[in-house]
Amino acid sequence: MRTFKYIAVGFFFGFGMWKLEAVSAFRIIEMFHFQSFHMYGIIISGVATGLVITQLFKKGKIKTIKGIQHQFNDKDRTWPRYIIGGIIFGMGWALTGVCSGMMFLLLGSGYTVFAVFLAAAMTGTFAYGYFRKWLPH
Amino acid sequence: MNEIAQQAIDFISQPWPWWMGGVVIGFTLFLLLYFDKEFGLSANLRTMCAADGAGDYADFFNFDWNKQGWNLMVALGATFGGYVAANYFGGDFTAHVSQATVDTLNDISQKDILTFGNVPIVPGKDVIHPNIDPFWDIYSWSSLFTLRGFIIIVFGGFLIGFGARYAGGCTSGHAISGLADLQIPSLVAVIGFFIGGLAMTYLILPHILRIPF
Repeated sequence: MRTFKYIAVGFFFGFGMWKLEAVSAFRIIEMFHFQSFHMYGIIISGVATGLVITQLFKKGKIKTIKGIQHQFNDKDRTWPRYIIGGIIFGMGWALTGVCSGMMFLLLGSGYTVFAVFLAAAMTGTFAYGYFRKWLPH
Repeated sequence: MNEIAQQAIDFISQPWPWWMGGVVIGFTLFLLLYFDKEFGLSANLRTMCAADGAGDYADFFNFDWNKQGWNLMVALGATFGGYVAANYFGGDFTAHVSQATVDTLNDISQKDILTFGNVPIVPGKDVIHPNIDPFWDIYSWSSLFTLRGFIIIVFGGFLIGFGARYAGGCTSGHAISGLADLQIPSLVAVIGFFIGGLAMTYLILPHILRIPF
């Protein structure tokens, strides 16, 4: 049960994103060409409901399953990592039409070549961890 | 009874409107916060590296990755969600992109082959699109062994993994969780996503897609 609830959340998210066509590289191309509101609608409506939910948790109106208040961590205010890292991630996102969440959906859809994509992404993460101390943050 | 079940399947199989994103993302975020966790899928890449022993090479991977097992289960669930959606609720397997995007795609491929309402959802022929035009057959094993496919799948994957960790999050961690928490660093990261994405889309991607081998 402890494990199952997380699988259920992932299932709901993955199924929904597939049906919303966020899994489609053609939707990503459309988004980066500003040719439809669809992807922006998904993100904006997601952030809007997420904002309300986050505030309710922050103010303690909703407690967690353990009956305590969820602790949010503020992100460090050092800028280079968000700009440079963001640009690198954005280039990968537009190049493949896939972000790190959607690769799991595509793997599940039967595109087994995404096992290679996953290995490449792990290599990228490993390279970041390895070269981290020399990178500007 | 079967008729009702069939109607339910047909109803879910329709393309979903964009505002369902608010329902799907909002409910996902709510449940994870309720379980006292955070929403961010790219953190799994770090966990998987650590579980494979990357801690021997970099301190970044020396953390208690057993405590991240729940997030791997979210990723596993998402994989299963993709399986069920693609196999049982795929509908017409079409990305309902605009006419302008159809024109853009035809322009990139230099072929007049895609038509409005008939753009496949996935640019690959392995599973659900056996009849896709060879130009758009990118997500497949045969494509992996071409220069074009190798750049897109391997180099693209590397950029995703490197950039997500460098920026401290991906689309779910920054664009959803971070923006919903009004974190300025997340907004900066999302602006970065779009600077990189637009540069790639307009300046580089068309050239990579047109590599003929």
